[in-house]
Amino acid sequence: MPPLVELRDVSKSFGGVHAVVDASVSFARAGIHGIVGENGAGKSTLSKIISGVYEPDEGELIVDEEPLRFHSPRDALATGIATIAQEIALVPKATVEENVMLGIESNTAGVVRRGDVRRRFNALNERTGFRLRPTARVGALRTAEQQKVEIMRAIARDARMIVMDEPTAALTRDESDRLLEIIRQLAAGGTAVLLISHYLDEVLSVCETVTVMRNGRIVRTSPAANETPQSLVNAMVGREITLEYPSKKLRPEEAPVVLEVRGLTRGRELDDISFEIRAGEILGLAGLVGSGRTEVARAVFGADRVDAGEIELEGRPVRLRSPRQAARHGIAMLPENRKEQGLVMIRSVRENVTLATLGDFSEAGLVNGLRERATTRRLASELAIRTPSVDAPVVTLSGGNQQKVLFAKWLVRPPRVLLADEPTRGVDVGAKRQIHELIVELADQGMAVLLISSELEEVIGLAHRVLVMRRGRIVAEYDSEQATMDRVMAAAFATEAVA
Amino acid sequence: MSAEPVAAQQPPWMRVVRSVNLRDYGIVVAFLALFIGLTFSTNTFFTQNNFANILDQWAALGLLAIGETICIIAGVFDLSTGAMVSVTAVVACKVALSVSPTMGLVAGVATGLGLGIANGIVIHLTRINSFIGTLAMAIVYAGVAILITGGNIVTVTDSSFGAIGQDMGLGIKYTGWTFIAFTVFAALLLARTTFGRYVYAVGGNAEASRLSGIRVDVIRGACFALSGLAAGLAGMLLASRTQSAQANLGAGMELTAISAAVVGGTSILGGDGAVWRGFLGIMLLAIIGNGFNLLNINTTYQQIVYGGLILIAVAADQLLRRRA
Repeated sequence: MPPLVELRDVSKSFGGVHAVVDASVSFARAGIHGIVGENGAGKSTLSKIISGVYEPDEGELIVDEEPLRFHSPRDALATGIATIAQEIALVPKATVEENVMLGIESNTAGVVRRGDVRRRFNALNERTGFRLRPTARVGALRTAEQQKVEIMRAIARDARMIVMDEPTAALTRDESDRLLEIIRQLAAGGTAVLLISHYLDEVLSVCETVTVMRNGRIVRTSPAANETPQSLVNAMVGREITLEYPSKKLRPEEAPVVLEVRGLTRGRELDDISFEIRAGEILGLAGLVGSGRTEVARAVFGADRVDAGEIELEGRPVRLRSPRQAARHGIAMLPENRKEQGLVMIRSVRENVTLATLGDFSEAGLVNGLRERATTRRLASELAIRTPSVDAPVVTLSGGNQQKVLFAKWLVRPPRVLLADEPTRGVDVGAKRQIHELIVELADQGMAVLLISSELEEVIGLAHRVLVMRRGRIVAEYDSEQATMDRVMAAAFATEAVA
Repeated sequence: MSAEPVAAQQPPWMRVVRSVNLRDYGIVVAFLALFIGLTFSTNTFFTQNNFANILDQWAALGLLAIGETICIIAGVFDLSTGAMVSVTAVVACKVALSVSPTMGLVAGVATGLGLGIANGIVIHLTRINSFIGTLAMAIVYAGVAILITGGNIVTVTDSSFGAIGQDMGLGIKYTGWTFIAFTVFAALLLARTTFGRYVYAVGGNAEASRLSGIRVDVIRGACFALSGLAAGLAGMLLASRTQSAQANLGAGMELTAISAAVVGGTSILGGDGAVWRGFLGIMLLAIIGNGFNLLNINTTYQQIVYGGLILIAVAADQLLRRRA
């Protein structure tokens, strides 16, 4: 039987970043096909090409042996490809039935024929075996039930293929198991399922076929029966080294502890997080997206409230309830999303650089423009920020230079602790190397650095010590020699670590 | 960089023209065009008497427009300014009657400041959107004004109460001077002080500002306080000018003030704009109204022109932002 969907040499880039490169893969008419890969390997982009969110830059998308172009998810839906997104997109106030039938209600001249709608709904309920109550409000349902509604909605629209991006990420173990059972039933009923997941055991238990991606490329597609969690991890990591890292400066073992964190707990996001960073040390924090890495930095910086936990700075307990207090204690945070959390994009380089320390440039509330300009120019040249002038709006700078502006903001008054969350995200290779050198140099000057990155290479390449997080907990710690891609990845994905 | 050689080939004036974009100075061009047009098409426009009159008539709205400009730059709206004008004017008259005319004037301004601070606190505590928050406060204030007056006009007969609203110095009425002084004060505050810098930062990106150690609610609260102060001054001037006040005195003024801020080129998305823009915005509305009068055009058309101007200003802002 010909495949339902096929990709031929598909590529897609975003502003110079190659998200998917020369991907060729075909999806059968029935059964469950898994896609696995590291953060940023291109899984989501690939699935969004299939579901019509993105158009490929190159290559062909073939459905039923016919090359097609999807301009929107609507086009994909018209050919029977439905998507269930990471964030549930239902109308919470409406009932299950209303959500399932939204936009496809049986009607006569716009008047809904309720009886007919109910009859169709019952048929769907029968077919999927979900046994959902049609009159229940969706907002009152649990996440797993809401996902059933989403799935039923897709089937009501005659979906032949359902794309699921991380459907179990927000679920408890129990709920995940139930959802996987539903996915199996769907496949048994003749619907093709494309499942993207971080959980390798999950993928291996339900999928017939698994595709592994790395750096936007497809490494291989093979029957799940031929794979083990370890073989998948090996394929995801690969052996290529794409970047060189500045040599690590040795950290004196007796250097004083600058930051000590004990028992940091926040809801279900952070569970009893404890660690310490010494002067001059770069501590790497690895883990999958959503494992709680960012939440650690935000909790230490006082950006989010915590339920429990203690923080000591140079041996003294401190209470940090706001970023303002943290900054006053000499803690700086480079947030993961520079556009939304880091910079005031429409304001100038100068205004952004001095924002956190404006008091240093003013007397009696009046800003001293000359001193401010001089300091901004000095930092701009030290960090090699390429900008037409210090008065240019930050939005006109390239990603790498924007990131350097963010660094400059916290280097006006060098902090004792630097929490760097994804410091090289969306930055070109040249700027990346400069930022790596900068981090190493800052640590060498005695700063305690917490480095969070989705790029495992970066964490391993720069950090003196690596902590691995999974589901809100620190699950492993490796020193510089022990930290290998395999080990860290295995800990992050919870496969059996090769000791 | 490949862009540099191209720029170097252009004559210097070209570069200056390019750096001055339409968005920045559209309001200036519009204002000057109308100003020059009216100067030549009438012989009553370009007279000291006319200018003094315009300033006097638009002083109260001008004060509100400056307050709104500050709020909009900080990323919030203040829909309560009109109602605050009513309350402050009524309070000024009542205190003038029961204590003394001078104390009445002072009480009016102080009341405005107090109500503005109350806006800031309420919005901080309830965490509701400023648009809805100040709308609700406006309804409360309007009710308070009716409570104080009992629905009647409050009249102050002591002529010393009317001095600031009616007398003149150096060819301009004190109302105009108050407006100009507040404009200069606000302009310096925004352009030169750390507070001003924070206003722009908070409006441009509240989360980034918070993560830079800025107390976002304190800054926005201070902006509401300034807007309240402006409303207090406006209410005091209006009360003094007619030596009377009633509960609906300021009703609807906030909409004209917000229009002026927006027409002046202050972005409703926050983080961008200037006090002089608010000033020029209200002056543009003023001379349009003045022009209709002097040219004997049916003033009904004025509304249509005002509405059209707001649409043009906001559309231009969004278009140019998207392109940037």
